[in-house]
Amino acid sequence: MAAILEIRNLTKRFGMVLAVDNLVLEIAEGETVGIIGTNGSGKTTFLNLVTGYILPTVGTIRFEGVDITGLSPKQVTTRGIARSFQNPQLFTGLTAMENTLIAIAGRAGQAWDGWQPLKRRVWREEAADILDRLGLGDVAEQTVSSLSEGGRKLLDVALSLVLRPSLLLMDEPTSGVSVKDKFDVMDRVLRALDETRVTTVFIEHDMEIIERYAQRALAFDGGRVIADGTVDAILADPVVRESVLGAA
Amino acid sequence: MMAGGAGTPRLGIVAIGVLILLIFVAIPLFFSQWVVFLVTIALAKAMVVLGVVLLLRGGLISFGHGLYFAAGGYAVGFAMRFLQVQDLVLLVALAMIAGTVMAALLGLLLRRYRGIFFAMLSLAVSMILYTLLLKFYSLTGGTDGMSIHAFTVFGVRPAAGTTRQVLYYAVFALSLGVLYLGHRFAASPLGYFMKALRDNEIRIEYVGASIAQPIYFSYVFSGALGGLGGGLSALSVGQISPEAAYWTTSGDFVFVAIFGGAQSIFAPFLGSVVFEFVKNYSVKFSPDAWQMTLGAVLLLIIFFLPDGLWSFKDAASRLWARWRRS
Repeated sequence: MAAILEIRNLTKRFGMVLAVDNLVLEIAEGETVGIIGTNGSGKTTFLNLVTGYILPTVGTIRFEGVDITGLSPKQVTTRGIARSFQNPQLFTGLTAMENTLIAIAGRAGQAWDGWQPLKRRVWREEAADILDRLGLGDVAEQTVSSLSEGGRKLLDVALSLVLRPSLLLMDEPTSGVSVKDKFDVMDRVLRALDETRVTTVFIEHDMEIIERYAQRALAFDGGRVIADGTVDAILADPVVRESVLGAA
Repeated sequence: MMAGGAGTPRLGIVAIGVLILLIFVAIPLFFSQWVVFLVTIALAKAMVVLGVVLLLRGGLISFGHGLYFAAGGYAVGFAMRFLQVQDLVLLVALAMIAGTVMAALLGLLLRRYRGIFFAMLSLAVSMILYTLLLKFYSLTGGTDGMSIHAFTVFGVRPAAGTTRQVLYYAVFALSLGVLYLGHRFAASPLGYFMKALRDNEIRIEYVGASIAQPIYFSYVFSGALGGLGGGLSALSVGQISPEAAYWTTSGDFVFVAIFGGAQSIFAPFLGSVVFEFVKNYSVKFSPDAWQMTLGAVLLLIIFFLPDGLWSFKDAASRLWARWRRS
């Protein structure tokens, strides 16, 4: 299958710290890839580089065959890459429905429109549909600040999904979610993604989540990919077990 | 039951709205010229305050809206003096255009800034205009300013003694128009993006939108309201001077914005009317200490209604609910 994302010699330095070191990798269209690694191994920096949050020191990022290196988050997003965050980035004073409607308005390029209502019927129906698919229908009119951590994580994903991305990057979608809810959260996300067939890359510390939901795993250490393959192979790899999982 | 339950409060709100409209319509018929003048000024300034509030909802404090207030006033003055324009509609349109054009130009710079930088930069530009208005004496009249002569309405000069009433109804009608525009703005994507801007700038870019775009368009709209309010105030007072662009004038608009509250588009109008009356009665009864009276009133508002005067209805609802429970 064709590569949707191609990373060539990507490096990011923060002063003396080498956060991402000469990274080379490809993500194929339609894949669900899980990224594992210890804290500081460069996973989130990699996501931040791809989504334009920070600029690389050297290297190129190609998305659907086009060089997107150095583009702003807005430009990256409008090209079809969406992301969710480890700490959900939401409009906390607004309701879940209003958050979703703002994302739809952003996708439609209507942020400047000061005349037509945001809560127009067509957009409300679309927002209600995505919130229902993620199991947030009952809390659609609640403000973000009153949602549970799992609810906020799901809403963060909802804002990405309404953008109809080709590639979705999720940073620890179940962190902060209780053990009993983590599979429920991922089930809802993956079920919603199934209908859109979007290529998905997610960072995760929980190996149960990786085993259950990823088709392919990448192990990061010291800003490099130290192992790349099927989940079973990666979790059995002695180098990964020692440096990432902390097992002998 | 449900429909009736939901319909009753809505009917109550409509009834209160109609009552307030009737009171405003009746003011020139039952009150003195002085009261009519005060309400006219309050409504005109409320338009400027609404512009400040729309930016405030995005976390942007403009300490320079005196710039647009002055631009609107001087547009009326210049049009009367140099172009012999006397028609009220044309003068008001020119005032609004002056505010819009200035905001469209200045917005290109200000849309990049936030917080204290936005506040100070807007203040600095208004002070530049203040100085220019002082120095270009031959054009602007310097500290004396410019006199605004009597206006006509579609070529007809109001009958003697009715000018104030005609202007009152014109300002009142325009206030209703501005409230409608403000309502559309608040309910639109632009209005919501301004709220979103205060909550989370990062996410705005990650929904594929520009941060600068909503700021710019809101700023231009805000400037247009500033120009409109400035033009109407100048017509009402019959005079425009550089003081209109001075930082204390801009400070008054921010004061009234906080005084009234930022939750509703009606809040600036309530805040402005109350402010004008409190200020004028303070000056009347304690000419040497009116600022102290004004400060005390603001302190009371901050203590008892921290979200501004408009939040009185929430406080009243809470008291009513508590009284019913007891």
